[in-house]
Amino acid sequence: MPVEDIRKLQSEKLVKQVKYVYDNVKYYRDLMDEKGVKPEDIKSVDDLHKLPFIKKDDLREAYPYGLLATDIKNCVRIHSTSGTTGKRVVAFYTQNDVDMWEECCARAIVAAGGTNEDVCQVCYGYGLFTGGAGLHGGSHKVGSLTLPMSSGNTDRQIQFMMDLNSTILCCTPSYAAYIGETLKEKGYKPEDNKLKAGIFGAEPWTDEMRRDIENSLGIKAYDIYGLTELSGPGVAFECEEQLGMHINEDHFIAEVIDPNTGEVLPVGSKGELVFTSLDKEAFPLLRYRTRDICVLSREKCSCGRTFIKMTKPLGRSDDMMIIRGVNVFPSQIEAVLLNCGYAPNYQIIVDRVNNTDTFDINVEMKPEDFSDTPKGITSKEKELQSAMKAMLGINPKIHLVAPKSIARSEGKAVRVIDNRKRLGINI
Amino acid sequence: MAVKQLSIFVENKEGKLVTITDSIAKAGIDIRAMSVADTQEFGIFRLIVTDPEKAKEALESSGCFVSITQVVGVSIPDEPGSLAKVVNILARYNINIEYMYAFITVSKKNASVVLRVADNEAAEKILIENGINLLKESDITSM
Repeated sequence: MPVEDIRKLQSEKLVKQVKYVYDNVKYYRDLMDEKGVKPEDIKSVDDLHKLPFIKKDDLREAYPYGLLATDIKNCVRIHSTSGTTGKRVVAFYTQNDVDMWEECCARAIVAAGGTNEDVCQVCYGYGLFTGGAGLHGGSHKVGSLTLPMSSGNTDRQIQFMMDLNSTILCCTPSYAAYIGETLKEKGYKPEDNKLKAGIFGAEPWTDEMRRDIENSLGIKAYDIYGLTELSGPGVAFECEEQLGMHINEDHFIAEVIDPNTGEVLPVGSKGELVFTSLDKEAFPLLRYRTRDICVLSREKCSCGRTFIKMTKPLGRSDDMMIIRGVNVFPSQIEAVLLNCGYAPNYQIIVDRVNNTDTFDINVEMKPEDFSDTPKGITSKEKELQSAMKAMLGINPKIHLVAPKSIARSEGKAVRVIDNRKRLGINI
Repeated sequence: MAVKQLSIFVENKEGKLVTITDSIAKAGIDIRAMSVADTQEFGIFRLIVTDPEKAKEALESSGCFVSITQVVGVSIPDEPGSLAKVVNILARYNINIEYMYAFITVSKKNASVVLRVADNEAAEKILIENGINLLKESDITSM
């Protein structure tokens, strides 16, 4: 599809989507009225910059129904991401929304070489997380035999992979690496399995990691990008060129902005990625700020696809971390500490060891919890760990340290030490 | 009657024990007994010293985290069977020993042992009734 045709299609859809949102979502109507923008002002993609941004905070504020654009009886599904202070972001889907999303995931599978002759093993988590459901639906659309494995139980994953001749593996890159290592430990060689491709996303990874996974499993490894707010995985996907991800531009418009000023930057500039949905019914988003920093490219791709490409996220414009595929904000950790009566003086240390993220939190103990035996402290550590797990969905390792032993800095405290940077991972 | 023990939180980091022992040395305080409880992450250094209050102050001013715990000190003849006798008495009365350790200083005749139990007073009463000598703070200072 030539670029002009894509823009024309996007413009037609955008006009409709903006009107639909304005008419059906009070929250948006207020935002637009506040900015003095009417649906009639949006005539094409060139007018997109006139619309206000919507941020994750808006999604939390509007929780749960504030951004819903259709009657609940038209919705068939919800998915959710973890959020701060107990508030999650909940996204709603109509059947058409699910179909559009699955179509996007199907494109990702086809771009990785998938056909109806493939056996697609989905070991992303199933449930509120979009990873499992998205690739599962995409695999159905392609007509591949779908193995709905969900995450974990590596021995069973390997047994099914070997016995049922899986050809495409869908999971997080770190889990793919782990499966590769386990296969090797069990004495399998890369050529012993029937896998040909893997579709890996939901967490940051490097080209070096890609090579390791490709070598250990004997496959080609493809990146996939998405956000629950927009649908889930499949907003963008990698093709055989393995150089950037094509954005599904018939369903989403991508912009890159200066995160400080909000100004739209020309294609090719590094900035914050902003998405506008074009076909969504239940949970449409106009100019949603992803906080992911990346670069867009219109350069011709050897695969023949003309959809614009995005780099892997090169960083974040906020303090969100992605640990073991889960979004974690320091403010969530702070909230748990305050709830449990600890001083909000802490240090988060993230690293990657053997392709798995490690997650440690140093917390100053309460003076009254210290006595002459270690068991008092270790039991408090366990208690705090459970509280963190309940909030974050993943288990950190808690280390209680002496009161006042964590340096209090004058200005912005260094709360996060992310050692994954040394591995070249963009976090 | 109970004896004061210093419990010092020690992170498993280089130089932590140096800070502790140095600050006690500078304050002119003698260590009479010690033990370490350790986990993978941290340790608790327990000390019986000649002047616990002064030691606590010195340690805190050098950035250590200290608490004072009451423990039972006993002085027993330095001969086979002495410790067994003490332990047997406590066992008979269902008093659990959480931990115990010996003094560094030994006289020719006697050995001294620190006992940590849940109820100091109960343990002390029983030990006295059974003819075991208990240590007082003043005994430690004059050791």
